[in-house]
Amino acid sequence: MKADVLVIGAGAVGTAITRELTKYRLNVICVDKREDVGGDCSKSNSAIIHTGYDAKPGSLESELVVAANPQYDKLTADLDIPFKRIGAILPAITDEQFAQLPEIKEKALKNRVYDVQYLSKEQILAIEPNINPEVKGGLFIPRESIIDPFIYVVAMAENAVANGAKFMLNTEVTGIRKDGDRVIGAETTNGYIEADYIVNAAGLFCDEIANMVGKFDYTVVPRKGQFYILDKNTGCKVNHIVLPIPTKITKGKLMTPTIDGNMLVGPTAEDLPDKYDKSTTTEGLDSIRADVQKLIPGVMLQDTITQFSGLRPNRNPEGLNIDVYDDVKHYVNLSGVRSTGLTNSISVGAYVANLLREIGLKMEFKDDFIEKRKGIVCIRELSREEQHKKILENPLYGNIVCRCESVTEGEIVDAIHSPIPATTVDAIKRRLRAGMGRCQGGFCGPKVIEILARELKVDPKEIRKNNSKSYMVCGKVK
Amino acid sequence: MTKEIICTVCPTGCTIHVEGENKTITKIEGFSCPRGKLYAENEFISPVRILTSTAKVKNAKTPLVAVRSKTPIPKDKLFDCMEEIKKLELTAPVKRGDVLISDVCGTGVNIIASGEAF
Amino acid sequence: MYKIDCDVCVVGGGPAGLAAAISAKQNGAENVLIVERDEALGGILQQCIHPGFGLKLFNEELTGPEYYGRFVIVAKELGVKTLLNSMVLEVGEESVICINSEHGVCEISAKSIILAMGCRERTRANIMIPGTRPAGVYTAGTAQRLINRQNEMVGKKVVILGSGDIGMIMARRMTLEGAKVEAVVEIMDYLAGLTRNRVQCLDDFGIPLLLSHTVVNIKGNDRVESVVIAEVDENKKPIMSTAREIECDTLLLSVGLIPENELTGKANIEISPVTKGPKVNQYMQTSIKSIFACGNVVHVNDLVDNVSAESKKAGAAAALYAQKKLKSKAAITVETGENVRYVCPQTVIPADEKVDLYFRVMKPQKNVIITVTDGDNTLLTRKAIKVNPGEMEKATVSVKDISSLKVSVKEA
Repeated sequence: MKADVLVIGAGAVGTAITRELTKYRLNVICVDKREDVGGDCSKSNSAIIHTGYDAKPGSLESELVVAANPQYDKLTADLDIPFKRIGAILPAITDEQFAQLPEIKEKALKNRVYDVQYLSKEQILAIEPNINPEVKGGLFIPRESIIDPFIYVVAMAENAVANGAKFMLNTEVTGIRKDGDRVIGAETTNGYIEADYIVNAAGLFCDEIANMVGKFDYTVVPRKGQFYILDKNTGCKVNHIVLPIPTKITKGKLMTPTIDGNMLVGPTAEDLPDKYDKSTTTEGLDSIRADVQKLIPGVMLQDTITQFSGLRPNRNPEGLNIDVYDDVKHYVNLSGVRSTGLTNSISVGAYVANLLREIGLKMEFKDDFIEKRKGIVCIRELSREEQHKKILENPLYGNIVCRCESVTEGEIVDAIHSPIPATTVDAIKRRLRAGMGRCQGGFCGPKVIEILARELKVDPKEIRKNNSKSYMVCGKVK
Repeated sequence: MTKEIICTVCPTGCTIHVEGENKTITKIEGFSCPRGKLYAENEFISPVRILTSTAKVKNAKTPLVAVRSKTPIPKDKLFDCMEEIKKLELTAPVKRGDVLISDVCGTGVNIIASGEAF
Repeated sequence: MYKIDCDVCVVGGGPAGLAAAISAKQNGAENVLIVERDEALGGILQQCIHPGFGLKLFNEELTGPEYYGRFVIVAKELGVKTLLNSMVLEVGEESVICINSEHGVCEISAKSIILAMGCRERTRANIMIPGTRPAGVYTAGTAQRLINRQNEMVGKKVVILGSGDIGMIMARRMTLEGAKVEAVVEIMDYLAGLTRNRVQCLDDFGIPLLLSHTVVNIKGNDRVESVVIAEVDENKKPIMSTAREIECDTLLLSVGLIPENELTGKANIEISPVTKGPKVNQYMQTSIKSIFACGNVVHVNDLVDNVSAESKKAGAAAALYAQKKLKSKAAITVETGENVRYVCPQTVIPADEKVDLYFRVMKPQKNVIITVTDGDNTLLTRKAIKVNPGEMEKATVSVKDISSLKVSVKEA
């Protein structure tokens, strides 16, 4: 196998880089050790497209995030990605926090985020009545937005595939071959891939890839974030992203609607040694409760439908870094792409493409780049007439498999046979929300296993929740 | 031998203490009604249970059909009977009440279909 | 859209829907239609292959499929119509919208509607068990479906959290099919399900029942590798010094059921915060007069026999309503007295008839007197040796000329 550019990692960042490179006459391969794109950090986060108002002014992170935010209107429209500009509110609950507001606004200006506005107590309570009535005032950041992070990565990957990129999943890089001072390819669990250029976008595991080319200048320090997802019908909701005023120690815990109308509450921020530890803990979940109640006293965490945790791939020493090296040529290394990674992935893609050009990659624009991508039809969002028409075209759209989220068999079959095939229970869930509702797959789980097995022509015991060891059933009863 | 038997005749759930050897009861106490006493005696001498399971069925819409022992069978024969049920390979149609195994494991009880397959 | 007309439309073809449809037919409704999302009638009883059904109603011990089988035969004989593989999306005052592979979107108009959607299981998130999120954490009912209907074994070494009936029944079922059930863990200091199930499902197979214990952690990144259990104190808080790890590949949850109330809520029917189902009167009529409800969609029952009895009332009343024969009068709210968590029906219309008041207690209690009063007037007193939240109680009283109703359970 041979590629002009090999991208390691199919998270938000790796996928965005891959897609960006398909704008040129290049043979691009993206590999990931997981079974699906966006299978790690990109799936477990607050799903916010930031403005960069609070970034460190002048930093690379600030530059990338601030540049990324305005691109999402067109990008999400082109690629059929659920996205809403709902805006964020920073309520100052204490006098001390109130006194901090000018400083925060000042910093936003330095980051070239010019549209931050002051809100009075009355204004805040009028648009967000569940905020603590003690609120003194606050800030409004209009372009802070929410997105479907799963569909974002899938859409970017599918669009890259439509433009000629190849994705190899379940493919772990085990070594990088060099010829003198340049990289020439990667050993993987799916064979050797010869590559003229290699981009390391391996997120949580980018330090291990860096080690393979002889770079030991940083380590990944996963920062765990635990979250609650609340039922759509919870009695206490917010309409905006409600962010706490950050302290010196932490950015704090937020509450926001998700793109599907659930409430997301969290995250914690815990530095851990273990890149695989995605457990939730009683202490973590309790700390979210305690903190969020200060902002939204009426929050009803008993309406939780799931709790999860994600890992941000922070690094030590800290900071977002995109590096090229004199002694490791034809290689780009990304590290410290942390909580703003989802937002800045789009501008990281362009930034890395420029870097590759600077280090010698020949890049010729394609005139036939396909800009648009259409997602799987979402039956629940159609009008009754449109639903009726769809079902008569394909009867599988008339068979609802997930009752909580009204997902049909037709949509599941579409996802299994899509350009980035959904081959696991979680992949189906992320693309369609089957199993993401209040019964958490209790009703649809057995049916999804059945449909996956039928469509993939395997026995149900081969069906996985996500990775290779996560079997759902263990053989026939009789 | 002594046994503590929780009575299941009614929701009260009396704990009944029974002493004896094999099929002879020497002492029984803790029951609060005659039905409970009878239950405990039976449980001590020869406990029986209805066995329910499923059997494989071919050419049907469903892979399995529900089965049961028509009447209760001795408790210590449950696993032996399960082995026999496991051997069943039925072909649709199976009707509710069809006898699938007669005199399972010499208990004198039939295994019948409690569900249907077609 | 595909249009269907009927007199009574029943949403759900499980035990409640079947009994209601039959009763509607028997009470003069001509055109009765059951809309069922599954490919067959019977509802959850299709996977309940165990015995224990019908002891009250038929005086014999039936399995789930045998129990609903009897109703299906009667329904067919009476000419009840069915629309299978059809998921209801919306319920209005006199309309039901469902989708179906064959007909597309179907708009059913009905003179009265009976909600009989049953209930769903509480999940891991509802009880907030921390830990990882591996494969192998199933609700007991989901595992039951996989094993009894799809022929797929869910695991080999099992811990069950919750001593509800389904959990205990699955402990026996999995043991009989060769799995090892390590323990049934219950946070309360008493059994959640029926004593009979404890004896026949756990004790018979030597499966330990650990009362006042809970699961405090789930381990394993891919598939469940172990769970950590611990004893709880009187406030149900885990005592971490008692924590111990049990190796297993599966955790089954039997931690309660909640009425399937999405359609009910969307129809703007008043929902009881206690039962989570619609509030009903003795005719199983909801706050929307043309909509009735019965079975587990109203409140979670422990015996299907009770569901059938209650559904019969709903069917009869819905049939009368469709024929404009059901009288509507002011209702009084049934009050919950000492140690009573809820009473169903929540309201009663005074009439010259006897009404069954089903209720659950808050906490287990021995040697009690159950009373139903109308102010100073005692309508019923009954002794009970034992009451338990897991076992529903019934009190039948005449409601002629009453001006209030209150059910209490007091120490004798």
